[in-house]
Amino acid sequence: MTFVENLTLFVLSAFVGYEIITKIPTNLHTPLMSGANAISGITLLGSVVVAGSGSTTLATVLGFLAVVMATINVVGGYMVSHFMLDQFRGGR
Amino acid sequence: MAAILAGFPDAVLNLTYLVAGVMFIQGLRDMTHPRTATRGNTISSGGMLLAVLVTVLWFDILSPVILGAGLLVGGLVGAGLAVSVETTEMPQLVGLFNGFGGGASALVAGAELIDVLGSGGSLSIGLTASASIAGIIGAVTFWGSLVAAGKLHGLVGDGPFSTNVGHALKAVFLAAAVAAGAFLVVRPDVFGTAPLASWVPSYWALVGAASLLGIFLVISIGGADMPVVIALLNSYSGLAAATTGFVLNNTVLIIAGTLVGASGLILTVIMCESMNRSLTNVLFGGFGSDGDGGEDMEDIYEGQIQETSAEEVEMLLDTAQRVVVVPGYGMAVAQAQHAVAELVELLDENDVDVEFGIHPVAGRMPGHMNALLAEADVPYDKMRELEEVNPTFSQTDVVIVTGANDVVNPKANEDDSSPIAGMPVLEVADARQVIVNKRSLSPGFSGIPNPLFAKDNTSMLFGDAKASMQELVNNYKENH
Repeated sequence: MTFVENLTLFVLSAFVGYEIITKIPTNLHTPLMSGANAISGITLLGSVVVAGSGSTTLATVLGFLAVVMATINVVGGYMVSHFMLDQFRGGR
Repeated sequence: MAAILAGFPDAVLNLTYLVAGVMFIQGLRDMTHPRTATRGNTISSGGMLLAVLVTVLWFDILSPVILGAGLLVGGLVGAGLAVSVETTEMPQLVGLFNGFGGGASALVAGAELIDVLGSGGSLSIGLTASASIAGIIGAVTFWGSLVAAGKLHGLVGDGPFSTNVGHALKAVFLAAAVAAGAFLVVRPDVFGTAPLASWVPSYWALVGAASLLGIFLVISIGGADMPVVIALLNSYSGLAAATTGFVLNNTVLIIAGTLVGASGLILTVIMCESMNRSLTNVLFGGFGSDGDGGEDMEDIYEGQIQETSAEEVEMLLDTAQRVVVVPGYGMAVAQAQHAVAELVELLDENDVDVEFGIHPVAGRMPGHMNALLAEADVPYDKMRELEEVNPTFSQTDVVIVTGANDVVNPKANEDDSSPIAGMPVLEVADARQVIVNKRSLSPGFSGIPNPLFAKDNTSMLFGDAKASMQELVNNYKENH
């Protein structure tokens, strides 16, 4: 992948994101935020690679910390959104 | 441990990432309606699981124990926090999670630089440049989010301030971070000389400066502006992940990170527009710090304030055909959402047309009031946005404002010199009767008095939101 290909992906994703997010009602902005927040934990993939590759001790330590932080972000984020959305679905 | 999927062509990995990316997009699309939103969240988390699994199986994992331990610890802590959180603590938890995502991105970018050097590679410009950006955004997100969460939790003072020294320091830290980044790009060889090599130099100087920037940036912003800050930091954590995707040449990191970046940015813009303020003003304005109210307040309120009681309000509700409830942050602080929801349910059962009028910036995060009311089992079709509810106030008999102030201040429309001039507000004074439930006449976040309280058709129901609403509920029950 070249830089330009990455950039293409970035720009197109930004447009897709804009189109979808502007359609989400105010009611759901809190769960949207915590859900989007969980998605940003995708950086976990990078953490997994650097923590696992362990070419130097320092990289492994940093990678380990990154894995912990990103996993908290992912697991906590999705669970919190799930609890919140459950409450929305019900109503009365 | 050799990779389990070793031997498969690269396309398998990238196609799996594509599927995960599509699942994130579909998950967000399902968030456009409350009925499908839970499914959307599940699809999105499925995409995440898929992406993580294929990554673990694909790459050579030299230290599976360390990786497993990291996943386990992170998973337990995240789940523990999510299960134990109170709804009222949600804003700070979301902020905290957000910070962790940003922090992870900064660490990954640094570790990748070390890794490339450690395995005998050289640092390309593309790598150092994207690592610098990921490091700055990630560190700002981490520390900024910690401070924001601290403010929301009451651990850090939430008063705003704006000083020239503060602004100068922020500029210095930003310049230092950018300079360190530029140095990393221009002289990666200096970064890589043994033995301190891989960790002392430019990248960590950059992270240090960006950390200070993150702290100073958020610490001067007032508590009521946290919806904007949290949304903006949410955007940053996405951008940090996307930039890390550039560092690692990872497609799904770019897709997912950019989606989050867009989402956070849109929420930020919506919040700013709802206050008629620019992002710059929110971030650097020290809004609400100069209370110009004093004398002015006496003039407006003197002899004009009518006090009422739960009994009187109950009598008003008795004959009302249409009632609108306007909640604010005070409702969240007092945890009054269940009492408010019960009142609304009672009115509804007695065939009163009753709705909520919700201002976009009420509370401490986007959609905060909606989330609290949903927790108290209020159906979402009873929650109306500002544009929908404003035209209906003239046909409304009673408006109950509980724990809100600035968002119902008519000065926004009447006084061009006021700090909230031009901010769209809920025009509750158009209703026949307005009941304002508040602990005192003290000003809201903007620091200005609210002429609404002195209007002829406004009565003040002084007291804590929860106690007042509960009393109202009890009175109403006795008489029906």
